[in-house]
Amino acid sequence: MAVSEAPAAVAEPGTVRHQAVVFVLMVAAFAVAPFVVYPVFLMKALCFALFACAFNLLIGYGGLLSFGHAAYLGAAGYLSAHAAKVWGWPPELAILTGTLGAAALGVVIGALAIRRQGIYFAMITLALAQMLYFFFLQAPFTGGEDGIQGVPRGTLLGVIDLRQTLPLYFTVLAIFLAGFLLIYRTIHSPFGQVLKAIRENEPRALSLGYAADQYKLIAFVLSAGLSGLAGSTKAIVFQLASLTDVHWTMSGEVVLMTLLGGLGTVFGPVVGAVIVVTLETYLAQLGAWVTVVQGGIFVVCVLAFRRGVVGELARLLRKPL
Amino acid sequence: MILGIPPQALFGQLLIGLINGAFYAMLSLGLSVIFGLLNIINFTHGAQYMMGAFVAYFLLQYAGLGYWWALLLAPVAVGLLGMLMERFLLKWLYSLDHLYGLLLTFGLGLMIQGLFRNQFGSSGLPYVMPAELTGGRNLGFMVLPNYRAWVVVFSLALCLGTWFVIERTKLGSYLRAATENPALVQAFGINVPRMITLTYGFGVALAAVAGVLAAPIYQVNPLMGADLIIVVFAVVVIGGMGSIIGSVVTGFGLGLIEGLTKVFYPEASNTVIFVIMALVLLVKPAGLFGRAQ
Repeated sequence: MAVSEAPAAVAEPGTVRHQAVVFVLMVAAFAVAPFVVYPVFLMKALCFALFACAFNLLIGYGGLLSFGHAAYLGAAGYLSAHAAKVWGWPPELAILTGTLGAAALGVVIGALAIRRQGIYFAMITLALAQMLYFFFLQAPFTGGEDGIQGVPRGTLLGVIDLRQTLPLYFTVLAIFLAGFLLIYRTIHSPFGQVLKAIRENEPRALSLGYAADQYKLIAFVLSAGLSGLAGSTKAIVFQLASLTDVHWTMSGEVVLMTLLGGLGTVFGPVVGAVIVVTLETYLAQLGAWVTVVQGGIFVVCVLAFRRGVVGELARLLRKPL
Repeated sequence: MILGIPPQALFGQLLIGLINGAFYAMLSLGLSVIFGLLNIINFTHGAQYMMGAFVAYFLLQYAGLGYWWALLLAPVAVGLLGMLMERFLLKWLYSLDHLYGLLLTFGLGLMIQGLFRNQFGSSGLPYVMPAELTGGRNLGFMVLPNYRAWVVVFSLALCLGTWFVIERTKLGSYLRAATENPALVQAFGINVPRMITLTYGFGVALAAVAGVLAAPIYQVNPLMGADLIIVVFAVVVIGGMGSIIGSVVTGFGLGLIEGLTKVFYPEASNTVIFVIMALVLLVKPAGLFGRAQ
């Protein structure tokens, strides 16, 4: 998608410095937050923030709108929950299994989806994710409508007891930051620059000798794997893997978070995820109104607010965020 | 016995497949017509299909107007609503990337489905079959319910009618020309923005007709279009959006294949269309009837 209205994230003087300042502020806020806000809510927000950042890597920098990202979140959740509960693996191995599984899924779906562009790409990813939804609905190991419940949290590396809230919280924070920094590094690497070039003008990138499909596939797999990291962590934290995480509504939610926060901005998906998770928590008792509000946010964002919260801030400050 | 399957079961499932195929064909046809001129994938299509069924339900419940009136009035009402949507919302997006249209119509679909769910819950509302079409006839090898035969015949007629208007009339030639080059057609003095509005209204009306046809078979349910639209997307990817006949053939064909899968390997009946989509992408990425970009 041509996010031409988003500020270009070209490394101009001072860019790295002020992004570093914002990053430090973000880390400080998340480090203090569990002493002020309910930690379980924060962990949910962190998992979704990582999920949204992973999704943003694809749409914001690769211009590829995947409408089936729930597949990686949910599949990884099932894998890590199964590994931790049935096989009795420690949490770090369970999360790793989920992440690698999602990346492998990304290879298969990505290879199919990048054969078409634009709108078709979105429809193909959505359809393949729906196929996986039906697979998980029927597969014997997922527990159907009940999901996999009572997943043990265990002890991380045999040292950190994840059954206690604060150690669990800081583990989740560390996982989120690791994913975030990996994405940041990717965007600002030569690989990320080529990806942006392909987004802006694919034929031209091709004629310059870049194998566009390979770049797209690598970005897709990276995005799927990081979504899987978010999904595996979420399954361990909430001790649950369920159909909600593979359903298309979840794919829509991650689009919403990223769009609201700001497509193609570094911090936008985090802000968007926090806003959407907060909204859902407060509106939860209103039932189907949540869907109406989400739909309304989509409409407003697309018509009048395409830069998103962080994109607008960046424009005001005249600095890419 | 045919291939170890009792013929009743085989033909029964094939008939169900044919019915599903009729809905795939009508819905993917509407999507293609809209995409041709607006370059937008109408994610609201599922919600508009659902609204068609609900208008039929309202007409019967509150105005005492039966099925035949609904078949006429529901597409008009939902089509007009669609035209308002195009005039006030969609038209701001034509200069932007096509994906924004997808996101906007997705949001609108969520809103509509949420509002209906608040009002009517998630359980279905029954809609009685018109008296003229109840019963069935015995064909010797199976009993064919009249209503289902009607759905297949009517949807085929509708698809052929659409093909005729677009491919064989003057109005259709304007439409095809505007799909190729809107600026040039406008220069010839044809009101292209109005044509876009009408085209969107027509595509939406097709979805609403499908909704009315579906009302007596499936229950009238706020979420009846939500999952269906994803299957229709897969149908569109398989067929390619270039040709009308292509949409119709792909729609009916995939419905039949789905029916056959229900007989021979029921576990895969939900996923078979998506598997076919993956295979088509490997062999012919542009779709069976699509033109390569």
